[in-house]
Amino acid sequence: MRRIGWRRTCTVLVVALVTAACGGSVPSSSQTSAAKGPIAIWYSNNAEEVTWGEAVVAAWNKDHPSEQVTGQQIPAGKTSEEVIGAAITAGTTPCLIYNTAPGSVPGWQQQGGLVGLSNFSDGDSYINARTGSGAAQFKSPDGKFYQMPWKSNPVMIFYNKDVFQKAGIDSTNPPLKTYAEFLTTAQTLVAKGGVQAAIWPAPTSEYFQSWFDFYPLFIAQTGGKQLVENNQPAFDSSVGQAVANFWRQLYSSKLAPTEAAQGDAFATGQAAMAIVGPWAVAQYTGKVNWGVVPVPTEAGQDPSQIHTYSDEKSIGMYSSCKNQGTAWDFLKFSTSQANDGQLLQVTGQMPMRTDLASMYASYFSTHPAYTVFADQAARVTQVPNVPSSVEMWQDFRDAYSKAVIFGNQSVSQALTGAAAAIKTLLSK
Amino acid sequence: MAVAPDTLRSSRSRLRTWFGEQPIGYLFVAPFVLFLVGIYAYPFFFAIFISFYKYIFTAPGAQINQPFAGLSNYTAVLSDPLFHIALRNVLIFLVINVPLTVAVSMILATALNGRIPLRGFFRAAYYIPYITASVAAVGIWLWMFSGSGLVNKILGPLAPNPSWLVNGFWAMPIIAIYVTWKGLGFYILLYLAALQAIPKELYEAAKVDGARRIGAFFAVTVPGLRPATVLVVVVSIITGANFFTEPYLLTGGGGPDNQSVSPVFLIYREGIEQNHPGYAAAIGILLAIGVLVVSGVSRFFLERD
Repeated sequence: MRRIGWRRTCTVLVVALVTAACGGSVPSSSQTSAAKGPIAIWYSNNAEEVTWGEAVVAAWNKDHPSEQVTGQQIPAGKTSEEVIGAAITAGTTPCLIYNTAPGSVPGWQQQGGLVGLSNFSDGDSYINARTGSGAAQFKSPDGKFYQMPWKSNPVMIFYNKDVFQKAGIDSTNPPLKTYAEFLTTAQTLVAKGGVQAAIWPAPTSEYFQSWFDFYPLFIAQTGGKQLVENNQPAFDSSVGQAVANFWRQLYSSKLAPTEAAQGDAFATGQAAMAIVGPWAVAQYTGKVNWGVVPVPTEAGQDPSQIHTYSDEKSIGMYSSCKNQGTAWDFLKFSTSQANDGQLLQVTGQMPMRTDLASMYASYFSTHPAYTVFADQAARVTQVPNVPSSVEMWQDFRDAYSKAVIFGNQSVSQALTGAAAAIKTLLSK
Repeated sequence: MAVAPDTLRSSRSRLRTWFGEQPIGYLFVAPFVLFLVGIYAYPFFFAIFISFYKYIFTAPGAQINQPFAGLSNYTAVLSDPLFHIALRNVLIFLVINVPLTVAVSMILATALNGRIPLRGFFRAAYYIPYITASVAAVGIWLWMFSGSGLVNKILGPLAPNPSWLVNGFWAMPIIAIYVTWKGLGFYILLYLAALQAIPKELYEAAKVDGARRIGAFFAVTVPGLRPATVLVVVVSIITGANFFTEPYLLTGGGGPDNQSVSPVFLIYREGIEQNHPGYAAAIGILLAIGVLVVSGVSRFFLERD
């Protein structure tokens, strides 16, 4: 009796497991790299980017009846990275995603989810010609491009001119150049400006949050260094400590809250400043009388010398794509001089192009507020393209939260500890 | 071509040997069995499998080396200080959440079982948080317990500094209380159903013996609800030990300074964000074993006379 029961169970389990284990497969690269035909693309759900994406797709489809492109917003999720990671595993990625975060590229490459753009005969030459020497930062450790540098949002300090005026601070040339100036200004703003916080970066522990507090200032202070240089952590230094201590002072003086803001603190008038890129202009226009300055440095460098974090988004081609020939052609079409100009016009974000300011001079003459972003876009640094990138940033964020945001450890100990952990990661 | 009757009989006999007298029964249960195997059993056994490998999620068809890792994922998890914090947090959570859930839901169910004004309204009111989307409920608690929130305004100088959700001491108790509040409706419903099964004669006998309301509650209601209490304890341990939404949303990613991380939050971070599903699976298996042990021990103590 027992034997029969076991057999029955086995039969049912085998049938079910075989059914559950059935999955799809991807075509081989030789079949797909030159193949042409319909493709799908995803773009960001940011309203301005959707407008741009729809227009580019419509323009392409008009002239390519046999290579139609279907565009859609990236499916909803907490972050685009989670959605893309899951889609890679499921084999449901579209051919191109216009919201590929460079920090996640090493992981997706490891998953076999990305197509090497250098494999196209004109891949490297096209990317290098469009982006110039800045493209080198986007190469993977194997020397190939697995992402097309697309657009940057150079991170700068936005400030609320009305709050500055209310606090009696010069709102045309605000004293925000040096750390000392910034701290004094921040104190005055909270004391007299009627705001809850001088600045309110997200104090939460997601791995990417350090890109919007520590990292831009670290890049500025080092003249463009990445968190990791020559496969070694670069932040466990006097410069790293100076930057971290600056933020520590803001937190310990309660000029930057340790709690997450409810909504956009700058747009809602809870904070006098924000550290963000030009993508946010559309969110602030009409709500805040804003101005923008480069991130501070310890000694107050000349603004024309200051580097910052790019907050760049790339275009990735994904390995589930069957018609990669069309995908490559569409990628070049969407990043042509004309379509990059449209991107700038519609979204205010900076295409990753050399000579941005001169190429789109007419745009900047009619939109003078954006000139400063174009200037800054010439001096931007990315996240390092290293394996275990997400783990590395999480380790850094954990140490930073402990010491800088919550003050539960000394800054120097935290940075040394994070550097040791990252060194171990990089050596794997 | 005709088939010999002996052959037919033999194949029917084999069919019966494998599938019993009523093989059509398997057809009826097949959809649920497939669901169970596909959604629960397959992932569970697959999780055990990958917990012994340096596994990563890959694109379909990608040839990536996934070497056998033996027990290394388990040893790495057990020596991870963050996992120790997560286990401590589960303990804090269960110590607050389980007794509070049992006590409050039992008392409220008893009250809602009696003849009180607006009984229907109160029954619905306690159930609403349970069916409210977690994101919306968390939003309300963020508003209440933020530094400038309602609770701190009422408490004034007595409010903790740093405020509740960024306070290493208070973050976990707030999470435990939040989960208790949100789940009460479900447990009240369980107790309300169980209360119907307690014979009225027992209350009458208690009254004859001179017991007042509170006396009858402890002498009749509490023992009468024991089977339901076992269920409430086991279910609240299992669901409680798997808490995730709260550190994810309420305390901004297990904050402050990882003081409210939970094992499931670590599974998410390691498995989804960092693509270490082998490591994440090891956490999951250890958590499942821990929950089995704790609920088994609780059942043992609650069910014995």
